Amino acid sequence: MIVQSTEVANTFAEAFKMWAARVIITAHTPQWAMTAAQSVTGFATSVIGCKCEAGIERDLSRNETPDLRPGVSVLLFAGSSKAVGNRLVERIGQCVMTCPTTACFNGLEQAATTVSVGGKIRYFGDGYQASKQLDGRRLWRIPVMEGEFLIDDRFGVQPAVGGGNLLFLGKDVASTLEAAEAAAAAMRAVPGVILPFPGGLVRSGSKPGSKYKALPASTNDAYCPTLRASASETELEKEVGSVLEVVVDGLDEEAVAEAMRKGIHAAAGTDGLIEITAGNYGGNLGQYHIDLHGLLQSSRY
Amino acid sequence: MKLTLHKVPEVPLEAEVISPVALAGKSALEINKLTLFYGNRTVELGEFFSVEGEANGILELEGDLSRIKLIGSDMSDGQLIIDGDVGTHLGACMSGGEIVVNGNAGDWVGREMSGGRITIKGSAGHMVGSAVRGSAVGIQGGEIIIHGNCRNEAGSGMRRGLIVIGGDSGDFAGVNMLAGTIIVLGHLGIRTGAGMRRGSIVSMNDAEMLPTFSYACTYHPGFLRFYFNHLRQLGLPISDEQIDGEYQRWCGDAIELNKGEILIYQP
Repeated sequence: MIVQSTEVANTFAEAFKMWAARVIITAHTPQWAMTAAQSVTGFATSVIGCKCEAGIERDLSRNETPDLRPGVSVLLFAGSSKAVGNRLVERIGQCVMTCPTTACFNGLEQAATTVSVGGKIRYFGDGYQASKQLDGRRLWRIPVMEGEFLIDDRFGVQPAVGGGNLLFLGKDVASTLEAAEAAAAAMRAVPGVILPFPGGLVRSGSKPGSKYKALPASTNDAYCPTLRASASETELEKEVGSVLEVVVDGLDEEAVAEAMRKGIHAAAGTDGLIEITAGNYGGNLGQYHIDLHGLLQSSRY
Repeated sequence: MKLTLHKVPEVPLEAEVISPVALAGKSALEINKLTLFYGNRTVELGEFFSVEGEANGILELEGDLSRIKLIGSDMSDGQLIIDGDVGTHLGACMSGGEIVVNGNAGDWVGREMSGGRITIKGSAGHMVGSAVRGSAVGIQGGEIIIHGNCRNEAGSGMRRGLIVIGGDSGDFAGVNMLAGTIIVLGHLGIRTGAGMRRGSIVSMNDAEMLPTFSYACTYHPGFLRFYFNHLRQLGLPISDEQIDGEYQRWCGDAIELNKGEILIYQP
């Protein structure tokens, strides 16, 4: 299929069941809220090496936050509800509580499943912590040197989708980067998704397994232009000089698919972009198969 | 369903049967025959009230009910709307639902309640959200919102929940308080927080502190923003300055745990 002069491959992205939480971080200024958000989502590109995937969903105005301060919405994904809870405790404890003027709220109030976060971080208060309950919500006030850190007792977690992806095959680095950047910008604007990799882009896409037994993943040699002549198989035509991937995690399949659809349209037609395709494992690993042609044709998304 | 008072009682009438839950599923005839204590004898409800409509979870009361006690007692669901003044023990031991009084209320509003919300558009008497005499624990949950003033001992023995006084409170607000939050938008009386163990009492005006309370600091308590946002949604006049402002923190009562706090707004 051709979209704005760019070939879109007849394939699918293979995505996985995950669990997700939404964290609302507020602070005295938008800058401090963003500082905390960037810190709490640091080193969270892939569950393979980071135990979770996290990213910034969007900025929030004063009127959108529980405490009427500027804020940032963050999404965090992991393989189970328990793992999400553990990562939230670690990351909020180290990266949000430590950041001046912040407070931290559950952003999935309707979720049927919850995990204890503030209820664990509260012990930092060494007995001086105090709880407040209002309208069915329990908050912890933890005394800190700067004042008080306020955090929800429990955070909602919900089933989610991780590992939606698009691969951009270009003639060189510059054109591939331009296409992938345009896609990432469009995808990031979709509510309920994050792009967990640096700037939303991945240059080192991986395949499962390795010749080295200790490694769960290794370089995706079939998409490495430098290995076209030496790897056992290649997916690249000879004019492809560079490949970049955008990985997208979302609160549901529809959000991931919508982000991918917007990403394709935003990148297609970029000078030097040869093909848009997606990564999969033959359909054997992931629970979600997001068909690229289906995305562009179906009214479902 | 609507109950209208057609005969003002000369002595207090005990009407704990008047609540949306207690009247649910009953016909007007059955409701007319419900018995109430009137002084030292029993009377039928119909002797004082006329009944209209069907019981559908929303109960309206009309008339000068200032001598009617215990309305909404043990209420766990539904909505009770009272047009007029109401007597003592409104919503006693209530666990859910909502009571709105478009008038004033007597003493003991929401005493020992554990859930739901009581809103008094006028003023209330003594012992709002308190424990009964001889009991150590008052309100254990829910919200009592008084738009006007209240008299003494609001939140006596309070363990959990929220009491908001839009005007002034009397003396001994939060006496023997165990936890929870009392917010007074007007002035506090004297001896606020006497014997409190934990919990928060917030005032928008300067107050005289007991000598067993100690000044800690002047700061911005973040949790108040969360409460003020809630109060604004309930129609209470909270200014941006109060939301963004700083508050003196006084800790006490030192004769108890010393883990309670009184927060005084610093304009």
